[in-house]
Amino acid sequence: MNQRAQIRLLPGGRRLHMHDGPIDLIVEAFGATGEIEKAYRAASASFVNVLDELCCELWLLRNACSQETIWPGGSVARRMMAATMPYASEYFITPMAAVAGAVAEEILASMVAAADLSRAYVNDGGDIALHLMDGETFMIGMVERPDMPSLFGTATLTASDSMRGIATSGWRGRSFSLGIADAVTVLADRAAAADAAATIIANAVDLPEHPAMVRIPASELAPDSDLGRRRVTQAVGELTEMEIAEALNSGVRCADRLLKIGLIKSAALNLQGHIRVVGSMKHSIAPLDERILVHA
Amino acid sequence: MAGDDDAIRCDACPVLCYIKPGRTGSCDRYGNHEGKLVRLDPHVVLDRAVERGESVVPFLEPSRDWDGSLVSHGETFVTAIGAGTTYPDYKPAPFIISSQVDGVDLVTVVTEGIFSYCGVKLKIDTDRHLGDECSTVRSQGEGVGHVTTSEYGSQMLSLGGVRHLTGGSRHEGTATCDALLDLCNGKAVELKIDEGAKVVVQAGKAPIVDGIQEERMRVGCGSATIGMFAKQWFGKVDDVVVVDDHITGVLSEHQAGKLLGVPETGIKLKGRRSTPGRYFQVAEPGTSWGGTNIDDPLSILGKFNSKKAWQGLRVFMVSTTGEHHAYFELNESLKPVQRELPKSLRESVARIQENCEPAMCTVLFMGGAGGSLRAGVTENPVRLTHSVGDSLTRVTCGGAPVYVWPGGGITFMVDVTRMPQNAFGYVPTPALVAPIEFTLKLADYAELGGYMESVRPLSSIIARGDGRRRVAAREDNPWPLESKPRSRSRKKKK
Repeated sequence: MNQRAQIRLLPGGRRLHMHDGPIDLIVEAFGATGEIEKAYRAASASFVNVLDELCCELWLLRNACSQETIWPGGSVARRMMAATMPYASEYFITPMAAVAGAVAEEILASMVAAADLSRAYVNDGGDIALHLMDGETFMIGMVERPDMPSLFGTATLTASDSMRGIATSGWRGRSFSLGIADAVTVLADRAAAADAAATIIANAVDLPEHPAMVRIPASELAPDSDLGRRRVTQAVGELTEMEIAEALNSGVRCADRLLKIGLIKSAALNLQGHIRVVGSMKHSIAPLDERILVHA
Repeated sequence: MAGDDDAIRCDACPVLCYIKPGRTGSCDRYGNHEGKLVRLDPHVVLDRAVERGESVVPFLEPSRDWDGSLVSHGETFVTAIGAGTTYPDYKPAPFIISSQVDGVDLVTVVTEGIFSYCGVKLKIDTDRHLGDECSTVRSQGEGVGHVTTSEYGSQMLSLGGVRHLTGGSRHEGTATCDALLDLCNGKAVELKIDEGAKVVVQAGKAPIVDGIQEERMRVGCGSATIGMFAKQWFGKVDDVVVVDDHITGVLSEHQAGKLLGVPETGIKLKGRRSTPGRYFQVAEPGTSWGGTNIDDPLSILGKFNSKKAWQGLRVFMVSTTGEHHAYFELNESLKPVQRELPKSLRESVARIQENCEPAMCTVLFMGGAGGSLRAGVTENPVRLTHSVGDSLTRVTCGGAPVYVWPGGGITFMVDVTRMPQNAFGYVPTPALVAPIEFTLKLADYAELGGYMESVRPLSSIIARGDGRRRVAAREDNPWPLESKPRSRSRKKKK
């Protein structure tokens, strides 16, 4: 085990918290006690290697995806590449756009392989990989702004839906965004795919020449950013209803396209309090029980 | 715009971020402050000012109360909280700070120690029986410590220690580390004692035993209570029994009653008589009347002696905290019948209660500064131990005074309520991370092989509001830099 990784059960004893460098995961498995233990052991064993393995191929993962891209060897890295390659011909994207989702997926896969679980989730800073056995459901809570967490909607995922990944992207998040969306939440078959799609759709929610935005080349903020000199959003001024609609329309067009070719199952786009939903996200304001993942 | 030259490489993890001035790395935990890599956990600076009621200054914001000028040196003390550690410790401790007090150059070596040899000693003010001595104390179902002794009005528990932290299963270690961390950081922890009670413990707060919050610490043992209140009861009642698991007192037989001329009442106590009017083991230990297991006080009385007792005899029974009480009068067949408590006795119950101190939990952190931690202070670790032993070096824990055990090593105890909040952390070993500061004269520091080239002036640490959490010094703590320790001064009452 490396010296940095911290792994502990959170107070209450049900959820596992794993931290290493920039990776911060909350994990919860449901099933027989012995199985949960097995799952947490597997998650820990897999987790301690993730960051070191990723960093070996970081140089490769920070390059834009293209048909000439060299495929990495690491398991998480390959998940990142697989999730971002579908966008390579049309958009600028690097495998890093799917790093959080891919890590969540990898840890979840190790748990499901090791133990018999009815349900499980791995939440990597809001990018979530889910496991659901027949008859089980997860209720997902969505927050509009991570700095002011309050639920703006909930969605129920059932085992018969094929969605096992949730991700959110926006300029307020931890990663840089080229767009102006406060948050775009995507449901997809897998977490890495959701992560990549959320990045693409959040970039598309935009008013390119609008003067009310502050955009700064990514490399001036973080010299080693995979976005290079691309200008990332640092502030968004107040927009009129018309402008909000225009920016959201641009994002919705992008999301519709991804929905049609099967890259996503649904998306919720949020800009200055206005929300648009694409696809089959089941809205509900059902009473919130404990089966909730709040994510930003 | 500054060029990439100003960026620094963070080597805290293999991502190796390039971080520009004023920015953080991808983890948001390390940042570049004026060309220096800093950890963004706030570093606590005790401000020797009148306590401003937890005047903690928000991280990375300049102090409201501070105009940005240099603080006069003797008035600021850098604690080790958030200093980080440098394990393995052959590297110099994170901060070695010099400051001048009364013309004497002092050095404060600031580090956070990783303590796998550590634990807490708990004093829980209650007479209720929490568990037998040596019984296992559990948290999250794992054994994290054991019951030690009963002290005056209190039950003592010992939690943690290296055997629980690293000597048992992984779960046991984690549960122990969690419990210690929460207790030391002032949080409430629920403990279950094998064959005993469930108790919620929080430093500085009343214990909650089996769901009932303890209000008062006993005024005295049963016998002492008789002695204290005999005069006030005299004439108002014929006999008084103060029920106590340790020593139950009986007024008419007790020396205090005899002196007042209280006549014999023919009362008969169960249990083992120690001296006149004092009884051991009137019942089993428990969480009811006076720390016994009885709910019916009459169950500790035998039949009244018909030659001495009389119809209408008034008996008052009360526990050592006044929490339980009952009043009886004997009927024609000399059987006690419960009656409403007369007003005069109600006043004496109130008097007992007001003479009890509030029940409280005390959490003392105890740890030993190991060889490697000492090596961060000096190249010759044993000299530090000797220097502490000879009182040349003062040890503080987050600026709070500690008691250093005589004998070998640097094993100390500290009252966690005298430390700044959230002063403790943990590492997954599992072990606790606690701040520890060694203060000594600069000349003495050189003498014992200190890292003289690493000593830096206090002004370099506090020149800016960067990442320093400034907290007011507690008035009841001796100032860590004061030349003469105010040894063993009792905590002032406000």
